[in-house]
Amino acid sequence: MAMQHTLTTERAWVRYALTTLALLFLLVFLLVPLVSVFWEALAKGWDLYADALVEYEAWQAIKLTLIAAAIAVPLNLVFGVAAAWAIARFEFRGKSLLTTLIDLPFSVSPVVAGLMYILLFGSHGWLGGWLSEHNIQIIFAIPGIVLATVFVTFPFVARELIPLMQAQGQDEEQAAIVLGASGFAAFWHVTLPNIKWGLLYGVILTNARAMGEFGAVSVVSGHIRGETNTIPLHVEILYNEYNFVGAFACASILALLALVTLAVKTLVEWRMERQHEASLVRTQQAREALV
Amino acid sequence: MTFLAKRYSVLPGFGLSLGYAIFWLGLIVLLPLTALILTSSQLGLPLFWETVSAPRVVASLQLSFGTAALAALINCVMGFLVAWVLVRYRFPGKRFVDALVDLPFALPTAVAGIALTTIYAPNGWLGQYLEPWGLKVAFTPTGIVIALIFVSLPFVVRTVQPVLEDLEGELEEAATCLGAGRWQIFRRVIFPAVLPALMTGTAMAFARATGEFGSVIFIAGNIPLVSEIAPLIIISKLEQFDFLGATAVAVVMLMLSFSVLFAINLLQWWTSRRHGMK
Repeated sequence: MAMQHTLTTERAWVRYALTTLALLFLLVFLLVPLVSVFWEALAKGWDLYADALVEYEAWQAIKLTLIAAAIAVPLNLVFGVAAAWAIARFEFRGKSLLTTLIDLPFSVSPVVAGLMYILLFGSHGWLGGWLSEHNIQIIFAIPGIVLATVFVTFPFVARELIPLMQAQGQDEEQAAIVLGASGFAAFWHVTLPNIKWGLLYGVILTNARAMGEFGAVSVVSGHIRGETNTIPLHVEILYNEYNFVGAFACASILALLALVTLAVKTLVEWRMERQHEASLVRTQQAREALV
Repeated sequence: MTFLAKRYSVLPGFGLSLGYAIFWLGLIVLLPLTALILTSSQLGLPLFWETVSAPRVVASLQLSFGTAALAALINCVMGFLVAWVLVRYRFPGKRFVDALVDLPFALPTAVAGIALTTIYAPNGWLGQYLEPWGLKVAFTPTGIVIALIFVSLPFVVRTVQPVLEDLEGELEEAATCLGAGRWQIFRRVIFPAVLPALMTGTAMAFARATGEFGSVIFIAGNIPLVSEIAPLIIISKLEQFDFLGATAVAVVMLMLSFSVLFAINLLQWWTSRRHGMK
């Protein structure tokens, strides 16, 4: 808003008071915790900070976290795109049920999610006997960690894409198909360029959640040091051993990841705004050309 | 499959994309959920009731849902205020503040947990000023509420914000021309339009907060009957290999959070009907 409408806004002191109150709230509840992570990590100097990160167990935890995210994120990416294509491009019965089921992992406590996988794949679980006969270990091993991670990050890509693709409509894809493009070509050259920014944010958010998941992974991992510990679990162990510099040093990697995620989100929103404005200008020019 | 029968469309890939989505949904979500329900059915009603009505379990469920309700209520007010200020007023650093609101989505819960605990500990940045007033935050239920406020704040802000942005200025201008004051306009014109979104956002914040684990266990202190949350009961039962007991508590939590999910869907249905008219 370039100009404030004096009639349809509050008096100046009300505006200042409300803004101050909101900013104070955000300062205390969001900014202070964020700053404190880096502050505590560097409290004893850079040397101790660097030492905490190159330690063997920390390094193993970082590696495991990267592996789990590298498997879980692409799986959810493919699922999210498939689900969004089906839901945003077709009308079918049971669609709202499907949407609700996709959102389901949001309202399941991460600990309950972990428990579900233990009941299914654990040694006393429903498939436990069959799995141990075939020498497959899922619980207390990497597959369990990946499964738990996939569960908690399940809805993110689909949730980001469905409203976006619904808003864009399907005229452009229909045109491509009618003009003879194959289904895959229509998706690759028409749909993907339209959704790439939303997709990027969905992936980045999925990645941040995948690397930071604590509750579900903590239940299925078994906490074997140097083997099945992800970064968040390693943070917990260090913290409970009163090794605060180590705990906050590992936590600061995850906090940095969160900051990158927020930066990408801001960038994506800015790009989408520009895309929208550019398309408005094109429509305007086309209209003028017709007249 | 008449249930999933689609209307005709020129676009290809319906069977493939839907089939894959349903297959993956079944594998990741529905199969484990079935395992949970099957296990709980082994339990039998008397044993189920005995597990769930144990004082420690009841106290933990009350704590989890009570603190989540309080945090959701506080976020309902403060989240609305933040959304209002972000949409309506101009101030320096607005873009930064807007991005910061999403921090709890991106910051891992365990990191938030240890950061909040350190801040509110008796010798922490904020804790040292609260201590002389007799306000203990870390290692008490108050700390749990603080952690849950952090975790669930974006849900309210991000649900209310787009609705506030889409409000038509003409309605307010008309109300002003007809002689209404700002407070009257807020109460009679703006608030009713935002109310469904505000309720949805609050319900989502509540649903998220009830199951929260990572940020809470550090700050809660985990004293049985006082500050022990329901997910922690599940974990301690698992550590004693009491799978059936853990399942019973999990089923109660699931039933409670599914009723919240159902309420959210009802709210969204109500909202889309109200807005679908135009």
